[in-house]
Amino acid sequence: MDRPIVIENSRLVDPATGRDEPGALIVENKRIAGIVSGAAPGAPQGAERIDAKGLMLCPGLVDLRVFTGEPGHEYRETLTSAADAAAAGGVTTFLLMPDTEPVIDETALVDYVIRRARDISKIRIYPAAAISKGLRGEEIAEFGLLKEAGARAFTDGRASIASAGLFRAALTYAKNFDMPVIHHVADASLTGDGVMNAGAFATIRGLKGIPIVAETVPLDRDLQLAMATGARYHAAQISTAASAEIMRRALTASDRVSCGVSINNLALNENDIGSYRTFFKLAPPLRHEDDRRAMVEALADGTISTIHSAHDPQDSETKRRPFAEAADGAIGLETLLAVALRLHHSGEVPLMTILKALTCAPADLIGLAAGRLRKGDKADLILLDLDAPWVVTEAAIRSRSRNTCFEGARLTGKVMRTFVSGRTVYDAAS
Amino acid sequence: MARRAPRSRPPAENGALAPSPPPFGHKHLLGIGQLNPAEITNLIDRAERMIEVSRRPDKRLDTHLGRTQINLFFEPSTRTQASFEIAGLRLGIDVTSMPIRASSVTKGETLIDTAATLNAMQPDVIVVRHQAAGAVELLSQKVGCSVINAGDGAHEHPTQALLDALTIRRHKGRLNGLTVAICGDIANSRVARSNLLLLGAMQARTRVVAPLTLLPKGIETLATEVFTDMRAGLKGADVVMMLRLQTERAAGKLIPSVREFYRFYGLDEEKLGWAKPDAIVMHPGPMNRGVEIDPLIADGPRSVIEEQVEMGVAVRMAVLDALLSRQDDGAAADG
Repeated sequence: MDRPIVIENSRLVDPATGRDEPGALIVENKRIAGIVSGAAPGAPQGAERIDAKGLMLCPGLVDLRVFTGEPGHEYRETLTSAADAAAAGGVTTFLLMPDTEPVIDETALVDYVIRRARDISKIRIYPAAAISKGLRGEEIAEFGLLKEAGARAFTDGRASIASAGLFRAALTYAKNFDMPVIHHVADASLTGDGVMNAGAFATIRGLKGIPIVAETVPLDRDLQLAMATGARYHAAQISTAASAEIMRRALTASDRVSCGVSINNLALNENDIGSYRTFFKLAPPLRHEDDRRAMVEALADGTISTIHSAHDPQDSETKRRPFAEAADGAIGLETLLAVALRLHHSGEVPLMTILKALTCAPADLIGLAAGRLRKGDKADLILLDLDAPWVVTEAAIRSRSRNTCFEGARLTGKVMRTFVSGRTVYDAAS
Repeated sequence: MARRAPRSRPPAENGALAPSPPPFGHKHLLGIGQLNPAEITNLIDRAERMIEVSRRPDKRLDTHLGRTQINLFFEPSTRTQASFEIAGLRLGIDVTSMPIRASSVTKGETLIDTAATLNAMQPDVIVVRHQAAGAVELLSQKVGCSVINAGDGAHEHPTQALLDALTIRRHKGRLNGLTVAICGDIANSRVARSNLLLLGAMQARTRVVAPLTLLPKGIETLATEVFTDMRAGLKGADVVMMLRLQTERAAGKLIPSVREFYRFYGLDEEKLGWAKPDAIVMHPGPMNRGVEIDPLIADGPRSVIEEQVEMGVAVRMAVLDALLSRQDDGAAADG
């Protein structure tokens, strides 16, 4: 049995309750056994005492959108390497997207991921199962059996379901099992050959644009269907000011719909593409600066409830190509928190709001008892030096793929130690 | 540092050019966007001197004898490839052309792999056409020699804009202050973008004229004026530049039919009448007669379309000469 741990002299921050005060936290039997304001109490017998030296102690991050290469493309990322990256970034739980090879659309695959993650991974990895078999958008997958096997949500990952009829059926059937449906909103016929945000920048670069309506039209449709069916619906990621407006209106009518945002659409805009830099080719695309600002506002006012990394490892085969021919996606597990903290340091979004969108809000969405400092929960925690500066370097990346949008970026806020079930899975000092 | 002996320039006979134009400031020609007005003028002036070479019986200048030029065309193009070949040969360059069949290999893989392979063959200049915007720039980062963009997706086609500018200047005596209307499929046209950049830099007034479905978002940042109506768009124009419509791609999606497009946007006698009486008609070719242009106009007295082809060789000679002379000078200066 693990020794009890007392983490003392810390700044306890719990976004679920708004707690922010000096105190100590006690871990016993892998779970949070006590949370104490002020000085640490007498430690349990044989306890390990960790002096946090005033660092922030908060729940580990829950990331709802992570792609890996396992199974199918292990050279890009294995569950092990993704877990290493996650632990270093303070992510203690992530939801694995079903876009693997084979696709996670049947119980055996869900079971495989759960077992494999348990055996080899230092953090918690939960599979999301496909909405449609083979992600083809034609037939719904076996939601009941998949839920029983351990799937935490249904999503078609990178794919967006074109058929309103099928999507309505999926929402209705998911409601039957009280499972959330997470959907990437991108209309393929409106996206067309588009490879970046439609606008002057795309026109000058000679690249085909992706219009705003490619996102707002399916978002509008989804919300209507979600409200008509009463299902739990989460727009995986929005990127435009118009989408935020649509969401804002929807939230006045229903508390069963919500939306998330990729850290990239909070931190970057289309100009970052520069001279055809394919690491910045993403889905949804990086938008205009006005849209990025609208994302920040929507996060601050609660319209957007979750922030994820959209971690998507790609190798040189898929990225060292002409822009239009390159794959979408960027890695992000290791930089998610520090990039999000930019919004705290700039004063744009309160710290609690940022942390909430990274911890308890995503945990609640997929029904996990995680993402908060609560007695009895698993001790998934991070010690964070909120003001420590660091520079992202390619050499230090733990992910097997190098496609980061933040190479050379100066970030403020460093994860010093990550605990999963009270066990240290990352320690910046070692 | 290894010292290289400066390459000796050929003697002044055999029509070599004197006095030398100012050296060109770039290793590659990737787009008009990289050039300032002085550099554009430099290239057009160089091209002006090359016209005469092509008109005499002995068309060989041995200015760059023994240099190697590779034409790498991922997209088929008879005329541009031939123009670059002839331009190279007239400068004494050994030219080899490699048409790449897109179907025979995975697309992106070809580009990087081919770049590495060709680079190992020690060429002095590579001329590239590729279907993807930015592909030529990507290739230029992987090779040691100069690279010329012969068209990358809907991004740029710099030698076309230069030859158009040369043609216009020969007819109008200047570029600044002229009104140039570019008509048709703006959305998919690299020719339009390079011309808008060049003409804008040279203080011409640029107009684009097209149905809304063929006007890309934000085009007003590149053009002085945007029109959807030919009458308004051509009024007072000094130059009418028609673009090729990719009928197989556009028909039924971006325009309902070829005949409807021709009715509203095809250049015929009536529409040309709205331009200035001395307006010239241009087209980058190959033309779709009866789609974007009336055959009578295309082959009529105001058309300078054939002259554009001739100027194409002169401009490509000038660009090759500018880049290769810079290599000579650079080697001499470093040594």
